[in-house]
Amino acid sequence: MDTIALYLLAVAGLAASALKDRKKTGMALKKAFKAFEGILPQFLVVLVLVSISLAVADQASISKVLGEGSGFIGILGASLIGAVTLIPGFVAFPAAAALLRGGAGVTQVAAFVSSLMMVGVVTLPMEMRYFGRRAALMRNALAWLFSLAAAFFVGWAVSL
Amino acid sequence: MKAFVKRYLAALVSLVAFGVFIASFARWREAAVANLWFQARTMLLVVPPIFILLGLIDVWVPRERMIKLMGSGSGARGAALAFGLGSFAAGPLYGAFPFAAVLMKKGASFNNILIFIGAWSTTKLPMLLFEASALGARFALSRLAIDIVGIALIAWAMNLALPAAEREKIYANAAAMD
Repeated sequence: MDTIALYLLAVAGLAASALKDRKKTGMALKKAFKAFEGILPQFLVVLVLVSISLAVADQASISKVLGEGSGFIGILGASLIGAVTLIPGFVAFPAAAALLRGGAGVTQVAAFVSSLMMVGVVTLPMEMRYFGRRAALMRNALAWLFSLAAAFFVGWAVSL
Repeated sequence: MKAFVKRYLAALVSLVAFGVFIASFARWREAAVANLWFQARTMLLVVPPIFILLGLIDVWVPRERMIKLMGSGSGARGAALAFGLGSFAAGPLYGAFPFAAVLMKKGASFNNILIFIGAWSTTKLPMLLFEASALGARFALSRLAIDIVGIALIAWAMNLALPAAEREKIYANAAAMD
């Protein structure tokens, strides 16, 4: 759905740009392609990492960690699974809701959702390409720690 | 040719590793192949408009303008703009990185870049409605609230912990990506 909005925006931008200046529009497209080709190698690596990690950490094994292992181990496991997986929100939220209905704790589910969004272990090759090893690792480590704190907060807020 | 091979070496190794993986683990074969197909389709679908938009920004937005809007002197308004840009953006987090590079190239401050990345990752407004309907409004809203705090905290901590030389390196790297 938001992909359509993205396309509309890109097409509108291109049209406006072409009306104003053909040559500059061509330059923009050239730059767009060059930027894309620049990240393509890392893209391919990420593609493979994501596909394998998601195959191994499927919903059944995720719910096993979140369901039985309540308590801190469950929270830790949930945030680690969230960190190494890359699932779009429209898939993750219904899955998380199913986990909740299946008896998983709110804090565990919140840890999973938070680290899923903020931490990207499998996309690290791309992040490092733009931000360098140090900043990329630092951001992910901080985001992972924070996702634990966020999980406790959400667990507490929902229990009120 | 040699440069090409060098650049794509890691990608080639991963693809071979993928082949070895699906050949040796029958129980994960089907899911892994389905995932590869799904993720590749998502990337190919989401990525073109993102790169077209950042190409347009690169060509049309003057550096002085970006510095004024999101540079180091832009204050709370710059931060709010970075937050808004990230929140309304669509697509997975990896779409944010090339975008951030163009913003850096144009002179946005590192703090605002970090806010932009943080917002892109967690405060998607269209997704929030979806999250609320799946997990409850209380869950979604409290996560949103705490994540806004987290975005600011992480930006602050990274600004503090990252040496100026490293930051300059990141900006030089972004400027070289043409």
